Amino acid sequence: MKRVYVREEYCAGCGLCQVHCITAHSEYKGDIIKAYKKSFPRPLARVIVEEKRPLSFSLQCRHCEEAECVKACITGAMQKDPATGIVINDTARCIGCWTCVLVCPYGAVRRDETLHKVAVKCDMCAEAGGVPSCVENCPNGALEYREER
Amino acid sequence: MEYCIVGNSAAAIGAVEGIRGVDKKGTMTIISDEPYSVYSRPLISYYLAGKVSEDKMYYRPPEFYQNMGVELLCGSGAGKLAVREKTVILRDGTKKKYDRLLIATGGKPFVPPIKGLKKQNVHTFHKWDDVKSLAEELSAGCKAVIIGAGLIGVKAAEALLCLGVEVSIIELADRVLSSVLDEQAAAIAQEVMEEHGVKFVFGDTVTEVLGEGRVEGVSLKSGNKMECDMLIVAIGVVPNTDIVKDTGINVNRGIVVNERMETSVEDIYAAGDVAEGKNLLWAEQRVIPILPNAYKQGETAGVNMAGGNKSFSKGLAMNSLGFFDFKMTSAGMQGGEGYEEIYTLKAEDKFYRKLVIKDNRLVGFIALKDIDRTGILTGLIKDQVEITKFKEALLKTEPGFAEWPKELRKERMLS
Repeated sequence: MKRVYVREEYCAGCGLCQVHCITAHSEYKGDIIKAYKKSFPRPLARVIVEEKRPLSFSLQCRHCEEAECVKACITGAMQKDPATGIVINDTARCIGCWTCVLVCPYGAVRRDETLHKVAVKCDMCAEAGGVPSCVENCPNGALEYREER
Repeated sequence: MEYCIVGNSAAAIGAVEGIRGVDKKGTMTIISDEPYSVYSRPLISYYLAGKVSEDKMYYRPPEFYQNMGVELLCGSGAGKLAVREKTVILRDGTKKKYDRLLIATGGKPFVPPIKGLKKQNVHTFHKWDDVKSLAEELSAGCKAVIIGAGLIGVKAAEALLCLGVEVSIIELADRVLSSVLDEQAAAIAQEVMEEHGVKFVFGDTVTEVLGEGRVEGVSLKSGNKMECDMLIVAIGVVPNTDIVKDTGINVNRGIVVNERMETSVEDIYAAGDVAEGKNLLWAEQRVIPILPNAYKQGETAGVNMAGGNKSFSKGLAMNSLGFFDFKMTSAGMQGGEGYEEIYTLKAEDKFYRKLVIKDNRLVGFIALKDIDRTGILTGLIKDQVEITKFKEALLKTEPGFAEWPKELRKERMLS
């Protein structure tokens, strides 16, 4: 399956991947200003940016073949779509026990406690289809959406 | 091929999914002694507290059994095993033949003989029906005594506090959650629980349950007495191996399995809280009674039962535990003699992070309060990565990959 790969040499640490991730997961898709000013609660970015200057890079769910989070999920909310390979958390069933946080070797599952406790993570922008928003909007080509090499 | 699975929880579901990944045709039967489709046992405390509704208790959607081609025999439960005839005999007398059998009977609460224990309002905290019957007897302001400050006792206490019950926990050890927290962590966790109203008695245990018919109080070993309206026995869980008695299947503490989840008898597999399997950190086999382990063992068994080839030998004790909004994660070894330990303790902030290291590899950690990205630590334990060059960075509130050697970072992040 296609995944998002970071080229840390090209990452400027601008954080636009996070801005666009938030926008893409808000009710105002494609409109950063509205997404930031009007969505309540504002979604969390599903992509993580790490910095240790001059190094920076972003990282999101790897949609693992053998996904630890899916096997460890105590409610059954975390599932891997057999057709697409995308790992998606059903937030209606998630209770925020954070077992997925405990087992994700990439640290790619975030806690969202703004309304009720739910785990949030990259869904590859699957609903919109096409290239994930973080990749599409990376100004420096630091994110690639491709098959594994 | 006829597959039969005894038990209907995480290991059983792992097996169904494992079998169907290899064999689309064989018939599957699940035998359960509970009247429900598969539900999540760890959710029973949330259900009791009213945080999870009936419809959200289920671990798989209602159409799961049909879609997977599984016949679910609910209610009677399996009584006996006729190994030579390859037959499971249900308690109602029905016989079920199999080609391959999985025993996924889970655990059962350990209830020691205590004088006067057979009373109304004495409960265990293991199955959905346990909390349903408990709920019927509860009212705000009533007093509950819980025996055991382990994972079950603590989650039971949290649920009862949500319902306005006064909660006292009696624990034989000198601290809370002794199986997952070291002394420093336990002191913080205890403080959090006390702030929420839990009263503790340590180093003591119940010797007699008082009252006529109903529980009215308990006598302790120390000679003290406590009044209560209900008693919850949450001392621990032991493997439910009843069904393999006198079958020749090798049982130690749990049913002994190899890395393919095969028992000592051909065509019989075991998985989950009933099984004693290989694991990552201990030389000897262990029962690791946590849901992730159950699912993985079940899945491994299923694949092999269907003729595939899968092994699982990396069982790891780990837990993510919340007490109201306080968060704790831990995995692996607690440390002690023979281990290198590095930690950050900020008792006033209730922050604690400890790494347990052996031979330059992470073999355990405890994280209190801030748990974000601690899965990175779990991953390092599982893959036995050398951490000498970046171990201090792993103590950061939110660990990451930035401090790792570049090659290792790329290898792990981009795989």
